[in-house]
Amino acid sequence: MALYGPTRRAFVHGALATSAIGLTGIPAFADPAWKKYAGTTIEANLIKGPRGELLQKYASEFTELTGIKVESEVIPEQQQRQKAVIELTSGKPSFDVVHVSYHVQKRQFEKAGWLADLTGFMKDPNLTASDLRVDDFSAGGLQFAQNDKGEMHSLPWSVDYFILYYNKEMFAKKGVAVPKTMDEMAAAAEKLNDPANGIYGFTGRGLRNANMTLWTNFFLNYGGEFLDAKGNILTDGPEAIEATKMYQRLLTKTAPPGVAGFNWMESMASLTQGRAAMWIDGVGWAPPIEDPNASRVVGKIGYTVVPAGPKGQFSAAYGDGIGIAKTSTKKEAAYLYCQWAVSKTMGARLLQSGGGVPFRNSILNEETVRKGVKNQEWLDSVIASAKISKLGLPVIVPVAEFRDLVGAAVTATLAGADPATELKKAHEQFRPILERSEKS
Amino acid sequence: MSELTAGKAVAKTTAAVAAETATAGKNEWRPISYWPFVIPAMIVVMAVIIFPWVYTIWMSLHEWKVGQAPTFVGFANYLRLPSDARFVESVGHTLVYTALSVALPLILGTLAAVIFNNKFPLRGLFRGLFILPMMATPVAIALVWTMMFHPQLGVLNYLLSLFGLPPSLWVFHPATAIPSLVLVETWQWTPLVMLIVLGGLSAIPTEPYESAQIDGATPWQTFRYISLPMIMPFLFIAAMIRMIDAVKSFDIIFAITQGGPGSASETINLYLYSVAFVYYDVGYASAIVVVFFALIVALAGALLHLRQRTHWNDAGGSA
Repeated sequence: MALYGPTRRAFVHGALATSAIGLTGIPAFADPAWKKYAGTTIEANLIKGPRGELLQKYASEFTELTGIKVESEVIPEQQQRQKAVIELTSGKPSFDVVHVSYHVQKRQFEKAGWLADLTGFMKDPNLTASDLRVDDFSAGGLQFAQNDKGEMHSLPWSVDYFILYYNKEMFAKKGVAVPKTMDEMAAAAEKLNDPANGIYGFTGRGLRNANMTLWTNFFLNYGGEFLDAKGNILTDGPEAIEATKMYQRLLTKTAPPGVAGFNWMESMASLTQGRAAMWIDGVGWAPPIEDPNASRVVGKIGYTVVPAGPKGQFSAAYGDGIGIAKTSTKKEAAYLYCQWAVSKTMGARLLQSGGGVPFRNSILNEETVRKGVKNQEWLDSVIASAKISKLGLPVIVPVAEFRDLVGAAVTATLAGADPATELKKAHEQFRPILERSEKS
Repeated sequence: MSELTAGKAVAKTTAAVAAETATAGKNEWRPISYWPFVIPAMIVVMAVIIFPWVYTIWMSLHEWKVGQAPTFVGFANYLRLPSDARFVESVGHTLVYTALSVALPLILGTLAAVIFNNKFPLRGLFRGLFILPMMATPVAIALVWTMMFHPQLGVLNYLLSLFGLPPSLWVFHPATAIPSLVLVETWQWTPLVMLIVLGGLSAIPTEPYESAQIDGATPWQTFRYISLPMIMPFLFIAAMIRMIDAVKSFDIIFAITQGGPGSASETINLYLYSVAFVYYDVGYASAIVVVFFALIVALAGALLHLRQRTHWNDAGGSA
């Protein structure tokens, strides 16, 4: 919280621009005409979670800055995705601003043309602060937000990297080194595994669909690519089979029983209850892990990058963006809101609360912002992961079908099924779905 | 003369009116004042039953992904169904799930009703306690059961360990997922069967029991040959209600397993939900709905047919 010390007053007064200067120590940027749309009311459709809640919490600062009133609706992820799609299809969405889950919705939104093009707004000095530039977003963020023509249809907001969480106490007790490769990780997990005492070497998502975010990180590190040049899906090749074998080995030999039904919540419970030595998942779980009311392992958890596979070391990345419905009649006001959501001030808060990682390099590289992060080891793992990040899911329309079908195959291997057979079966079920979605 | 003519004329008119009315009956002619009473109801029926049905069938004949324009494909969506492994599996899961969640509550509920039909101290209190699960919200109890099912932290495995039994994976293993879900369903809906059967039992006159007692019938014989046949109609009603509930069950399964692990507990309803609201494949989902509806009609028809036969048996007719 050191960061907020000198600028607290500025925050209290809600002068966002001023506080941003305080944060960064750089000269004042040309202010956009924040107040131009005062009196407008906009509706925002957000996902429940640390990111959506952060915007809601500070919405009054935005209103003070711009005079624009925000009515935000914060609903759970799955339902929000459904609601957004159904309303956008109807052509008359009830919201102006929408929270986009890039890794699931990018292609779908792009093909349907639901979001407004923000490229022009970003070039307009009356609407955009001079520090908000396209090249400030990380490459992954731009991959998500831009279409083939390079138009920005949303602003990249928060990225989620996969990292390795490990229980330092258990590692020290058995004299095990932090694994640098997948093979070392499996060996470490086997060494740390102690079912008689209810302790398991590794935990992670086994549940169909949810497991695809973990599995794809293995797949990437084994040299996997989702699509070939013609857009055919490649998840039944040798890389996928080897990656699945490693996944199967870890989750059947050294994971808690019932892991086939684990989502992130159950996996996290194993770690925080001191039942698991290692866990690979998104960066966002540090706050509950370090919360003494919810965790028995406060201060005992180490954070590092996902170990390297035989063909490389990557951190699977997933991301959130914020965009404006094409049919909105208050696009400028909505754009000011989106801009505020990805601003340095809000980005710093996002990072420091541990709820996500801003896509903007200028926020991550800012010394004062970094110092404000309580857990430096966690931050190091985030910065290291950013350097080796790669999109964790294929950019296609039927992402959900892909996750369900390949995810079911991967879950089946946890009950002893053969990886090659299962992946082939899933591949054959999925291929026609992908072809159908691309041709229409 | 003129009087006569007048009389004839009146008679003629009366006959004509009578004839006219008869024709009107045949041709469904109604006075104008009839329609304002009927039209509102017809509009409601059209809007909430007929229109959705016709629209669903129309959608099922189209390839239609949300966000794209529908294209007519004839029966292609239906032809996809038999080769869709997930759909075929989900039909199997639905049948197993339904059979178990009808049979178990029926057996246990009847047993409970027989017990609660006897007089014993605090009977009212125990009856009240017994029907408590029925009042709980399915999603809320599903979340509680999810915690109880947890292989390491759940209370069920702890209870098993008290009896020296090995731990189970419950909903976290493909083989035990459906039976575990049926356990929840049984826990919640046995009381309903109990209530229905209890109503049936209390309606039975006492005379047959008295004569059975005089004839020296054992309690089992009394139940088998007197109570059971007489509560049969009630059991069929209970079975029908349970079947409809079980076949459309969604909340408990979705909240506990979401159809997993893998797709081990994915019923038609859950698959349908995914196709419609996660994959947004509206055309295909509509085809599934139509087939699902046919399945429900077939199941209900089979049950009704069975009931008809039993009824005949009761009346002494041939089966």
